[in-house]
Amino acid sequence: MNGFLAKRLVALVLTLLAASLVVFLVLEVLPGDPASLILGTSAREDTLAALRHQMGLDRPVWLRYLSWVYGLVKGDFGTSYTYNVPVAELIGERVVVSLPLAIMAILLSTLIAIPTGVMAAARRGKAADTTLMGASQLGMALPNFWLGILLILLFSVTLHWLPAGGFAGWDAGVGRALATLLLPALALALPQAAILARVTRSAVLETLGQDYVRTALAKGLTGTVALWRHALPNALIPVVTIIGLQFSFLLAGTVIIENVFTLPGLGRLVFQAIEQRDLIVVEDLVVLLAGSVIVVNFAVDMLYAVLDPRVRLDGAT
Amino acid sequence: MLLFRTHKIFGWFRMSRYFERLLTASLLATALAAPAFAAPAVARDTLTLGMVLEPPFLDPTAGAAAAIREVTYQNIYEGLTRIDAKGDVKPGLAESWTISADGLTYTFKLHSGVSFHDGTKFDCSIVKFSYERALAPDSVNAQKGLFEPIASIACPDPTTAVITLKRPVGTFLFGMGWGDAVMVAPNSIATEKTIPVGTGPFRFKRWVKGDRVEMERNPDYWGAKPKLAAVTMRFVSDPSAATAAILAGDIDAFPQFAAPEALDAIKANPKFVVDIGSTAGKTILSLNNDRAPFTDVRVRRALAYAIDRTALVEALSNYGKPIGSHYVPSDAGYVDFTGAYPYDPARAKALLAEAGVKPGTEMTLKLPPPAYARRGGEVIAAMLEQVGLKVKLVPMEFAQWLDQVFKQSDFDMTIIAHTEARDLDIYARDKYYFNYHSPEYRALFAQYQQATDPAKQVELLGALQRKLSEDEPNVFLFALAKIGVWNAKVKGLWDNSPIPANDLSGVYWAD
Repeated sequence: MNGFLAKRLVALVLTLLAASLVVFLVLEVLPGDPASLILGTSAREDTLAALRHQMGLDRPVWLRYLSWVYGLVKGDFGTSYTYNVPVAELIGERVVVSLPLAIMAILLSTLIAIPTGVMAAARRGKAADTTLMGASQLGMALPNFWLGILLILLFSVTLHWLPAGGFAGWDAGVGRALATLLLPALALALPQAAILARVTRSAVLETLGQDYVRTALAKGLTGTVALWRHALPNALIPVVTIIGLQFSFLLAGTVIIENVFTLPGLGRLVFQAIEQRDLIVVEDLVVLLAGSVIVVNFAVDMLYAVLDPRVRLDGAT
Repeated sequence: MLLFRTHKIFGWFRMSRYFERLLTASLLATALAAPAFAAPAVARDTLTLGMVLEPPFLDPTAGAAAAIREVTYQNIYEGLTRIDAKGDVKPGLAESWTISADGLTYTFKLHSGVSFHDGTKFDCSIVKFSYERALAPDSVNAQKGLFEPIASIACPDPTTAVITLKRPVGTFLFGMGWGDAVMVAPNSIATEKTIPVGTGPFRFKRWVKGDRVEMERNPDYWGAKPKLAAVTMRFVSDPSAATAAILAGDIDAFPQFAAPEALDAIKANPKFVVDIGSTAGKTILSLNNDRAPFTDVRVRRALAYAIDRTALVEALSNYGKPIGSHYVPSDAGYVDFTGAYPYDPARAKALLAEAGVKPGTEMTLKLPPPAYARRGGEVIAAMLEQVGLKVKLVPMEFAQWLDQVFKQSDFDMTIIAHTEARDLDIYARDKYYFNYHSPEYRALFAQYQQATDPAKQVELLGALQRKLSEDEPNVFLFALAKIGVWNAKVKGLWDNSPIPANDLSGVYWAD
């Protein structure tokens, strides 16, 4: 177990270093000068030089890379070129939108997908299975932004139940804040649930054919109990893998949904920062997201051990 | 799995326009069928305004973004003079001024009893501080050129500011009305970008980055108190989200609405007003005058004959007005040169042949992101192909455009809207990206800058426009329209946008 942790830690550090170097070099060769983006087309050469100096862009490349990495090690993310506030503050403001949104979406998706998948597996080949899997096919084909706009159309424009977009902010009360996240979370969750339901169905179908399920049925358990108590737990590993991947995606891959619902989340921050050549924000975010993907994967590995006692984490079998 | 999701995102960009149209249509159909909302019982005194872009920060003296001015200008910050909805210069924090006969000395009489939102008193020392800061070697003012003619600023008494110029500048008062020349106080300057402190009718309350800026009425305002008690400016970049927000009543007004395909249907609904106004944006097909074949005036004129401006504006459905020189119809002193190069492909072909440009000659057209450039580029390429030219379209990000086209002049042709008001000076510069070098134009421009007699100024303005139309350094296409959409009960918003601003001091709800 300790060996496993140490290996994971080394992998984390190496991955972060590689990510930092790659993103730094890519942004370095990307054309575009942050100073002229801020000052526009009338700016004079001396003004541009003054701003570049203020931003520290007149220093050599290697020095900028080292001082950035050194800052990261110390926990200092630097100052945004465009917003002029510490990047940590900027990311903090966005995480409180993106993280709850991702959690809500993943909860909704799991709550919808697992019962659906299990039911479809239990009624394999019957009308319920065909209907559910047909619905999931549709869910997979639906782009989430389209679904988002349909939801706005129904719940905001027609029924006036929920706002058409924007984030109320946590200081407006947890209830109101969650209400503004509900539609986007649903729009994100449904297509994810469709995928997850299919994975659940096939995983459960596989376990249903195993000896221990037959044994369970033979010793007199009802089909339902055998299904929920024996087949499902053993089918969870692929399901958890997919949930882990989906969660990583939801942290910053939601830029389209954030645009449709005008939510100030991490995805839009990355997008804006790239457009504005707010290099330091892009660099910090890439490293942070790389880190979070590794952490989520680690959590998934730990879950394997919980779900299946045969999995041992030191790599030996 | 991740890969699969990513593909979906990229697919969105391809499909988005089609979907947007479809969705907007269905949104509108539903909204029009839905019953009208219940009218609020009390007169409303709060307003939610929608903007397409979020400002990077809120100090107009430290960056060029139009969005900064659209939030703060005349709301939070004020200058000595101000520009009104018609583009005229009006007294601001200076209640009056006199100009010496040689046009070199401006004596401003300042309003007394004015203070900043943090209580700092406004007087001549603030004027001196603000302008000297803009002029300093470490200044990051995007329009430092506006201040460059200033030789000295003197304060004979707290309510008098005497500004002496190095040379007469006819447009000085207009320039001092820009967002770049607003008054800022020394004690709040360090945090100005995130906590703007001005003298204006509204006080900054807070900024939820990525979402909105909130401000409230300044109870101590020196001028007429604003009717609105609180204003929220929300940033909505997605056109269908903007349509949904205005239809759902979440946003009361979009002074610049980004979904022209939704307009016809919104117009049909009496609850909303669609207001088409003008801006200072001159959309042009810029040509690299240093690069063959654009060095030849016949080629540049041929391109002007080859482009049907009316058809272009119709194809873009953006309500733009054709222009014939680098000046917009809504600005004082405009002369109509749209008839100089009527659409005439045969004439264009003849001119090209005369200049020795062979049919099938290839040229590139670099396109920044706005729709007028991306969609406009396709239309213009088709028109140029009609006269035998082969046009290669190169779409690019704005940062790339600034670097390659604007900074390095590495381009044949590009489409861009020059949004700065009355910027005829760009054709008189030594080095500017389209490389127009005309001693005659420069001489005319110098005369214009030194003229102090209004009649002489207007005459010279006309001469400058004529010279540009004759030389056609760029093909002048159309003036960008301001397409505003708002709740019919909201009154007092600007129809036109002579400079980037959303002046809310006179806005109110009619009930």
